[in-house]
Amino acid sequence: MAALISCEDLWKIYRLGDVEVQALRGVDLLIEEGEFVAIMGASGSGKSTLMNILGCLDRPTKGCYRLQGVDVGGLRADQLAEIRNRRIGFVFQNFNLIPRTSALENVQLPLFYRGLPLRQQRALAAEALARVGLQGRENHYPSQLSGGQQQRVAIARALVASPSLLLADEPTGNLDTQSSLEIMAILDGLNKKQRITIVLVTHETDIAAYAEREVVMKDGRILTDRKTPSRASALSVEA
Amino acid sequence: MPTFLLLTALTAVRILGRNRLRTGLTMLGIVIGVGAVIAMVSIGEGAKAAVAERVASMGTNVILVLPGAVTTGGVRGGQGGVVTLTTADAVELKKRIPLLRETGWARRDVMQIVHGNKNWNGTVNGISPSYLTIRGWSFTGGGPLTQQDLDTAARVAVLGQTAVDNLFEPGEEPVGAIIRINHVPFRVVGTLAPKGQSAQGMDQDDVIFIPFSTAERKVFGTRFLGSVGALFASTERPEDLAPAVAQIREVLRQRHRLQPDQDDDFFIRTQVDIGKVHEDTSETLTIMLFSIASVSLLVGGIGIMNILLVSVTERTKEIGVRMAVGATRRHILIQFLVEAMTLSVLGGCLGILVGMLGARATTVVAGWPTIISPETVIAAFVFSVAVGLFFGLYPANKAAWMSPIDALRYE
Ligand SMILES: Nc1ncnc2c1ncn2[C@@H]1O[C@H](COP(=O)(O)OP(=O)(O)OP(=O)(O)O)[C@@H](O)[C@H]1O
Ligand SMILES: [Mg+2]
Repeated sequence: MAALISCEDLWKIYRLGDVEVQALRGVDLLIEEGEFVAIMGASGSGKSTLMNILGCLDRPTKGCYRLQGVDVGGLRADQLAEIRNRRIGFVFQNFNLIPRTSALENVQLPLFYRGLPLRQQRALAAEALARVGLQGRENHYPSQLSGGQQQRVAIARALVASPSLLLADEPTGNLDTQSSLEIMAILDGLNKKQRITIVLVTHETDIAAYAEREVVMKDGRILTDRKTPSRASALSVEA
Repeated sequence: MPTFLLLTALTAVRILGRNRLRTGLTMLGIVIGVGAVIAMVSIGEGAKAAVAERVASMGTNVILVLPGAVTTGGVRGGQGGVVTLTTADAVELKKRIPLLRETGWARRDVMQIVHGNKNWNGTVNGISPSYLTIRGWSFTGGGPLTQQDLDTAARVAVLGQTAVDNLFEPGEEPVGAIIRINHVPFRVVGTLAPKGQSAQGMDQDDVIFIPFSTAERKVFGTRFLGSVGALFASTERPEDLAPAVAQIREVLRQRHRLQPDQDDDFFIRTQVDIGKVHEDTSETLTIMLFSIASVSLLVGGIGIMNILLVSVTERTKEIGVRMAVGATRRHILIQFLVEAMTLSVLGGCLGILVGMLGARATTVVAGWPTIISPETVIAAFVFSVAVGLFFGLYPANKAAWMSPIDALRYE
């Protein structure tokens, strides 16, 4: 079975005038369907850069990224948009909800671009909100929700389209411990119960402990890649 | 796609509704532009229609010959200032030019007219019976002057509407009544349907027609018997007008014994000439309107483009989010185009409304006739859509061609 994600020698080089920043310097990575991977590493080590490429939001300068066996580098912009729409859910550190637009409409967005009838959009979005424990908040604006609630809306938006891959770049970075635990419980459930592959960037070891695999980056390269040791103890906290 | 468009339009309205002041100010250019155009086109069309009506009220295929400049011993008389045309000229023209269906003549003067205790200074025209037919007058009561009236210099009169209004009580029957023109009693034999203003803006209904012979001998008092104020002729078909004019000129020059080096001592005018003046004016008006429309729509369009560029920049992050969840370039492009068009169409509709009110106000306040044709309204609407599309294209493209990651990272 082909890996869900397969990266070979990924490079990302930013040019700022004369200065060249090598954000990724030859990343090789294989992630199988159903895995829960945490990416860690110092600030500036290239985690977000890698995530954006994995999420088809950005293209590598060099190297090959295959998603479900398809070389993404050869696809047109609208084909990438479709992949983002159907196969990938993205959760950001700063939530990235559209302001002054209700929670329900934010969650509807992927379905809206998929061209589903409005009723179906509404029904599926309401269901997704319920799954993250936000029933009754459908008509709240982002500004009327707490950070943790906003992030749950973002997760609902990411999973409403039933993606096979969920990418979360520091999803708990702006949240307090309690909210962080709630978010992680949701993500853990998605991975365990719905077999959604999750790649998560975090700075915190207890968050990383939810994952079954821990990838550490340094200076645009993968430093270590191993099974999470403290997984069992982290789960006992949740229980 | 229809769902997408509908929802996009609703979103656009909501977004524009959030920022009412900004939306209003942005639309103002279009509102004023479209409003001005609608108002001015309706005034222009109203004026054009009025002119066309007045030109038509002259009668159909009419040639008018007026006495004109005579140069005798270096003295040049003004138009109508000198007696150069006579009833004999008219008779001769009819005899010699087969193209002419009819010829007639008239002379006019302002006289005091009395009926009962009413007293009025009106224009009295001494005419040949053919005059009324040539000028296309129709009757509301009684009948026309006859050849016999002319031959016997009968004291009979036909009244225009203004004359009737000024001499008779409302509901009073004018036909059969006796009026006094310059103390001479006349019997009213007919009343005329109103024609309104002339091409020169005179009240054409301010008239009383009496037989030419009667006018000459009993009312006006004339130095030269047979001299007329104007000759009229009509042709069967419009295309006969030009050759008929040439022949009239030929005959009159002969009869007036003008040498080849002498100027005409008369003027010839046709409806075509009179209509042309107005055509030229309305053409100038149209060009002016077109310039105003272009400039105001340009300004309005630039306003829309400007605010849309601001909006695209402000919402860069939102664009990134939309792209991240699967919006294609086309989706983003359409979203901003729809916003631009919502602005311009809303502005256009308001402009149409403002223009209609403006036209109405012009009619009420200044008394000018205005016409708002459906074509004008449709054209204005289509133009607004086009302006939105055209000026929205650049900002929308700018939004659509952002890279998802750069848009998302934008602060
Ligand atoms: N758009 C860009 N232009 C230029 N340089 C960039 C850009 N984005 C990232 N970089 C550089 O690439 C490197 C990796 O950045 P990246 O955002 O991937 O780090 P990170 O591991 O996510 O860090 P953090 O933990 O702080 O989020 C950094 O040195 C950063 O300065
Ligand atoms: Mg980062």
